[in-house]
Amino acid sequence: MDKPLIEIKNVTKCFGSNCVLDGVTLSIYRGQLTSIIGQSGTGKSVLLKHIIGLLTPDSGQVLFQGQPLAAMKKNERKVLKRKFSYVFQDTALFDFLSVFENVALPLMENTAYAETEINNRVKDKLHQMDLFDIENKYPSQLSGGMKKRVALARALVTDPEIVLFDEPTTGLDPIRKTAVHSMISDYQKRFGFTGIIVSHEIPDVFFISQRVAMLNEGRIRFEGTPEEIQQTADPVVRSFIQGLESPHDELTGIASQSLGQKRLAREMFRLQRHARPFSIVLLSVENLEDVDRIAGHVASQTALKNFATFVKNNTYLTDTCFRYDMNKLMVVLPDTDADQADMFCKKLSRNLNTDAIFDPSEDRKGLCFALSAGIAQAQEDSRIDAMLSGVEKRQNIFYECRI
Amino acid sequence: MAAEVGIMRISEQIDALETMDIDPIRYLVSPRIAAALISFPLLTALFDVVGILGGYLTGSVLLGVNPVLYFSRVESSVALMDVTGGFIKSVVFAVIVVSICCFQGYYTHTRSEFGAKGVSESTTSAVVLSCVLILIADYALTSFLL
Repeated sequence: MDKPLIEIKNVTKCFGSNCVLDGVTLSIYRGQLTSIIGQSGTGKSVLLKHIIGLLTPDSGQVLFQGQPLAAMKKNERKVLKRKFSYVFQDTALFDFLSVFENVALPLMENTAYAETEINNRVKDKLHQMDLFDIENKYPSQLSGGMKKRVALARALVTDPEIVLFDEPTTGLDPIRKTAVHSMISDYQKRFGFTGIIVSHEIPDVFFISQRVAMLNEGRIRFEGTPEEIQQTADPVVRSFIQGLESPHDELTGIASQSLGQKRLAREMFRLQRHARPFSIVLLSVENLEDVDRIAGHVASQTALKNFATFVKNNTYLTDTCFRYDMNKLMVVLPDTDADQADMFCKKLSRNLNTDAIFDPSEDRKGLCFALSAGIAQAQEDSRIDAMLSGVEKRQNIFYECRI
Repeated sequence: MAAEVGIMRISEQIDALETMDIDPIRYLVSPRIAAALISFPLLTALFDVVGILGGYLTGSVLLGVNPVLYFSRVESSVALMDVTGGFIKSVVFAVIVVSICCFQGYYTHTRSEFGAKGVSESTTSAVVLSCVLILIADYALTSFLL
């Protein structure tokens, strides 16, 4: 692996007799989204503040591209700071400035853009956050969720290289929550920024991040990929993740990934013991990002939610439909062979119409909804992970509609 | 001013400025000092006028002193030095008051009390410190100017 962008080495921070960080060591890599999870009060926010230099460690170092932050000259720090953006947990909007002025402030103070350019950028960012006609309002006139989105707009308006998100989705409703996640992930793919997210949204953050670190009792208890953390044997990490994971996916209302995995294991067991066949169908929305771009993140997440509801309504009670990934649903069909699963897909594509997916009252011109499906029938000797990767490779477009 | 800056501190707005690479001193304190440097002398001028008119109201209108006598005495006993001295003092007081208030607000988070309680403490100490320092500065300036 290449050199880390930010290294936190053995950082200790105490407030009075309360030691919040007790030797934290963590590496952040360029172009990756790293999630920091952990119980409330374990110092996740404090850790973020060390990275941006709002707090200085009692001992230990924060290195940026191998250079210690503490030893940097004022000018170097200034250059560095411009690359960063920080989304505060309590939004930290300027209450004496209007929404527009809040978002425009970093541009007005630190860039030489013309007024019209600033105007366009600010409006653009606010619209992307699904915020309309509030430019002249003041933060105290907004709801908590709106403030959160204004804070996100303010952080992203400068197109920063590194963004630190301190619980960006706490207090948002499920659709906006996933919309924010998909937006972060989408931006990260497009602009390649490095992101650090402090979040409690498990398993949602696993879908979008490439690395996960868990902070526990002032130390990093776990550091690795989302797949690794879900399979870890560490009892503390396991109990924390499972405690937060609800059996139902918050956005779509269908089963969550972990419940689906359990169901898969059970079906496998039934197949091996009782020779009951079962098939899995993986349904992916192929062009969620296009929908994002045309209709916005909220519309795309609503579409995903509607689609999940549609699939759920077309399955039998014994079937399990669960969220497999950001844009993927998996249906487990017990007592079904590949041909019957194929028929199931055909039935889906016959019944599906755009009104069920997109809100018919809104302008949907240029929208396209493409679905692909992969089918696999389980064999007695097949392994679940091999089956899953096989089904991912076999996907073809089976439904496409253009409005 | 102390309360304003103090609230900005406890709601992390000052931290937000720092993360945006906007110097909080430059953005919050300097404009206030500049504003005070303009407004304090103007206020002094206003109060000079109000003071003379107030003397006229109580002296002539209420107590029946001859208005012509009053104004001629004012003219003869008020030297230009009195007025310029007032302006010089007002400029010095402006700097003192604004720096103390902003300083107290800016360091609200280092107090033993947190949140709104901390802001109220900052405000109180800003008022007390400003008053005391104005008295001291007044004494020093008067002895220097005379």
